[in-house]
Order: sequence, then structure tokens, then C-alpha cells
Amino acid sequence: MSAGNGKLIIRLDNVRRIYKVGVERIHALDGISLRLYENEYVAVMGQSGSGKSTLMNVLGCLDRASSGYYELDGQDTTRLSDAELARVRNERIGFVFQSFELLGQLTALRNVEIPLIYSRDGWLSRRRRAKKALERVGLGGRIKHRPNQLSGGEKQRVAIARALVCDPSILLADEPTGNLDSKTSESILELFDQLHREGQTIVMVTHEEHVAKHTKRIIRLEDGHICSDLAAEDDIIGRGDGEGKML
Amino acid sequence: MKALLSAPLVFVQLLYQSMYLALSQIWANKMRSLLTTIGIVIGVASVTAVIAALTGLKAQILSQVETFGSNTIIVQPQRPDKGPQSHLPWWHFRFKAEEFEDILDHCPSLARCSRISYTGQNVRYGERSAKDVRIVGVEPSWHEVENRPMVLGRKFSIIDEGRPVCLVEPQLRDKLRMDKDCIGESIRIGYNTFRIVGVIERRAQLELGGSSREDYEAIIPFKMSSKFGKPWIMALAESKSTEMLEEAVAEIKFFLRRARRIKPGDHDTFRVESLKSAIKTFNEIALVVTLVAGGIVGISLLVGGVGIMNIMLVSISERTREIGLRKAVGARRSAILTQFLVEAVILCFVGGLVGVGVGKLLTLGIAGINPLLEKTYIPVWAIALSFGFAGSVGVCFGMFPAIKAARLDPIEALRHE
Repeated sequence: MSAGNGKLIIRLDNVRRIYKVGVERIHALDGISLRLYENEYVAVMGQSGSGKSTLMNVLGCLDRASSGYYELDGQDTTRLSDAELARVRNERIGFVFQSFELLGQLTALRNVEIPLIYSRDGWLSRRRRAKKALERVGLGGRIKHRPNQLSGGEKQRVAIARALVCDPSILLADEPTGNLDSKTSESILELFDQLHREGQTIVMVTHEEHVAKHTKRIIRLEDGHICSDLAAEDDIIGRGDGEGKML
Repeated sequence: MKALLSAPLVFVQLLYQSMYLALSQIWANKMRSLLTTIGIVIGVASVTAVIAALTGLKAQILSQVETFGSNTIIVQPQRPDKGPQSHLPWWHFRFKAEEFEDILDHCPSLARCSRISYTGQNVRYGERSAKDVRIVGVEPSWHEVENRPMVLGRKFSIIDEGRPVCLVEPQLRDKLRMDKDCIGESIRIGYNTFRIVGVIERRAQLELGGSSREDYEAIIPFKMSSKFGKPWIMALAESKSTEMLEEAVAEIKFFLRRARRIKPGDHDTFRVESLKSAIKTFNEIALVVTLVAGGIVGISLLVGGVGIMNIMLVSISERTREIGLRKAVGARRSAILTQFLVEAVILCFVGGLVGVGVGKLLTLGIAGINPLLEKTYIPVWAIALSFGFAGSVGVCFGMFPAIKAARLDPIEALRHE
């Protein structure tokens, strides 16, 4: 487990997530313990069914752990109500999805404003903050465009701006380049690199080694366990020939 | 403090955003929305049209009351609905002039009473003539009851009874092409010559219990009407005050039953009506019409509501991912609930707006059909009521889909295809 030297952002202690399908109990997360520090740049990898999506949902407060302890930004999230979790998602977490999830009828600017609509104090400054977020991802000139007038890469930039607009403690990206061609993917990953340099904490779920290579720390999951958690330069699996091949 | 201040702002923004989204959603699916709201449109259109027609009718009747005065009582012969007399012909029940003699002495609540006779005669002035003019025989007190202003000349007085004098309307004067000042001229009514002593204004269009034909009218002293055979007789009376109206009606009934020798237990062969009771009757009819219309409207609003609910469920299933996203970025259940409720209500309001427009067209159509309904208009409160109905249908039938949307699990919703 690589120790950071910044502020502790995420602390998971023995977190389990169990689904019941009929009489069967599926352990999607089976005792995960994890520490993430400020300005870390982390990739979560694993094959489908390894539990990486479930981990992402728990980290993003979309889902609750069945047991264990989850502290985000110094706050225990295990006992929060649905409304309080909604506020945590709004203020502390920025989501980036594989399929962008932009609303077709709204302009880029309006799409980026959405989280501010639900925030406690973002209402008055929403236009200015949304514009700033779009400038930060290099789309300052396309704020009036609707999603269908934007390229795939631009759509994902709008989505990233939306994730950043509330100034979250952590940016959670779920296969952010999954729907993009390799060239566009690279430019999006460079944007993530830039955000990392600017001090943003980023967790990225991916199954592609070349995407994970951009990060500084790679966590590999298998059957709900962490099977390896190494700094990117020590992660020998990804350095080899194939993608996602385990030792 | 800042959070406290922005809480209502968040709500306003949420409403604004919801309205914006709802309108663009409706605009994007114009045809679908129109078909969806057709139930609401029909409901609201019929509410407004029925209310407009009733309001118009009422306004017409009230204007009648104004010309008559609210203490006026109308006495007319009437065949009883039941009993052995119900099979006799109508002329059997006509009033005789002497039946009203001394009525004021026997009815202390009455201020005045005038017998009125109606007959149709041809009127001639020199070469020119007017056919089938209504000849109204009145007593001098009629002027005070009916309150029709004079244009020229004088009213009838006690000395005119039995003298061949008459009043004409300006329309009849013009028809016969007499001078504007035709006082002193003689005209022939039937086979008798009458001298014009005054020109009287035409009465308001609608006559309760009479016809609303557009024809000419000349007025002669009541006693002179015996020259034209047996005319149709009724009476117009006035109570001393509004408080004495009911009493006056009862007194007239008692008096006439004795004058007409109606045995106890037999039915009245006449009808005594005050305008007040006419209005009461009208209000009762209006209530029944309103209830029937209300039932129809209720059904169409119910159908409309089910349509709205259906389309909202479709909309929510189409926009599941949007709901998931909104929840992921921090929307609470209440925010999602508001959004979809607002959308349903706006859909209903759009239906209501179209409905009021259709209702307006219907109203114009109704007003054209019958002169009785020419005062028909849609009162503001009816529009407010229509929108109130439409809005509550939106809330009631939008609630279930909105709750369904608010309860969606964000993970499931984002995974939705």
C-alpha cells in the first residue's frame, strides 16, 4: 500500500458489499481496506465482475457498503441519510461516465450548471462558475453548443467540467475513454494529467493498461479483493505484453 | 445566513429549470403532448363554455329585472298540470277584465296593479299601414310598474280611460312615415281611430313569459281593448317594498282564487310570479345544468388525467438516465419529484390554455345562436377555475409517476438502456 504524504481523503476499512440474488449471496466487495490521499492519481483495474464498478459506486456514495467503515474527507458516510448522501455527492464528488450522460436539450453551459442547481450556495454564481469550469477543460469557446453539435471528445470535456464545477474532493471517472477513439482518448487523458498537476485527486476505473499508465498508482481487484496496490512504476503487470493479464 | 437565503432561490431555480425542461420536452413531442392533453382540453373547454352561457343568460335576466324593478309581480292565466281541468283548452282559463276589480283594496301589500291586454291589429296612417301590430291595453299605473321612458308627449292618466288615445313606439312611427313629432295625429287601429298622445321607448328585448318577436307595438287604454273582441289579459303588479313581495304574491293568489271561484283543494288556474322567483327558478335550473356539465367535465378530466399519467410514465422511462445523472450529481428525491410534478402540471396548463381558447370559440358560437345568449362571456373566475382544475389534475395524476421517478436508484437508472 503506497503511503501518500497529503491529507487523507478516503479511508475504507474492511468494506463489504453483498448482493442477495435469490438465496445466493454475492460478495461484490469482500473486505476492502484502502487509503487515498490528496492529489493522488489512481487507476482501479480488474476484469468484469471483479468488483471495480461496485467499489466505484461505494466510493461515489451512490451505494452503501453492507458493512465496514467509509470515511470521505474526514466524514463518516456510513450513517448518513439519503438526503445527506445526495449532498456529499454534490459537494465532494465529481463523476465522469463512459457515455458522458449529457442532457441533449441543454447547452454545454447549462449541462455544467446542473450540479450547482442542487447545491446549497452555487445558485447565484452558477453561470460564472460553469463558464470557468468549461474554460478549464479548454471549451471556453463552445459553451452555447448542444451535445449533438459537439464531438465525442468535446462531450467528455463538458462532462469533466460538470464534474469539476462544484470543486469536488475527488474526481471519479468510470471508463472515461471507453467510448472514444485512441487519439481523442489520449487528449482526454492528457486533460486528466493536467488536472492532476493542478492538484485534483482522481480515481479512474479502467480495464485498459495504456489508460492506467497515465496514473501514479494502480489498484487491481479480483473477486472483490485488492490483489495488488502499487505505484505505477512498480506495477510490472501492465509493463508486460498484454492488457489486464494477471500474474 | 447565505444558505438560508439561497434555499428559496434553489427552489425557484429548480422550478425555472423544471419549467424550461418541461416546455422543451412538450415542444419536442408536440403531437404526443397535444393528444395527451385532449381530455384536459375538452374538460376545460366545456367548463368555460357552460359557465359562459349561464353567466350570459343570468346577465340577460338581471338586465330584465333592472328595467322592471325587483318588486314586480306578473300574473298570468295557466292551465293546471293536474286535476280534471288539466284537459280543458287554454282559452278556458283566460282572465276576464272584471276578475281584477278592487284588487288593491283586498291586497294591502300591493302598491299598484295594472291589467294588460294583448291583441294583434293592422294599423293604418293615411296610405301607409303596418300589419299585425301588437296592441297593448294598459291602465295608467302601468307606467310606474313598467317604467318605460317617454320620448315625446305624455303618459296615460286616469282621464284617458275609455278615450280613443294611444302611445306609439318610435319604430312604428317611422314605419308609418309620420313626422318626428306625431302628437295629435290620428291613426286607425283595426276599425277604430286613435289619437296619438305620446311616443314611448321600445321595451327591452326579452319579455318574461312573452314572445321576443321583433314587431311593432302601440299602447292604448285598457278599457279600449274591449273594442277588439276578447283580448288576452294578464296583470303586472308591484308590491309596496321588496320585503312585502312574498306577502303580495300570497295575497294576489288568495284574491284570484276567490274571484275565479276556485274550490278549496282545486289547483290554481293562474300563475303569480315575482321576478325574484323567476330568478330563483333560473338559479335552480342553472344549478342542475352546472351539475350535469360538472359530471361530464369530471369524466373528461379523469380521462385526461389518466392520459397525463401515462405520458409521464413514458417520459420517465425515456429519461431514466437523466434522472440517474441528476441523482448522481446531488439531486435529492424532492428535487426530482418537483421536476416531474412541474412537468405534469405544465402539460395540464398547456391543455388548459388550449381548452380556454376552444371554450372561447364555443362561447362565440353559442352567442350567435340565440339572442337570449348574446351577453354570453367567459368570466375571469371561470378561467381561473379551469386552470385550477387543470393544475390539480396535473398534481393528482403527475404525483404517482413523479414519486416513481424520485425513488429510482441512481445506479440502476444510469445503467438503463
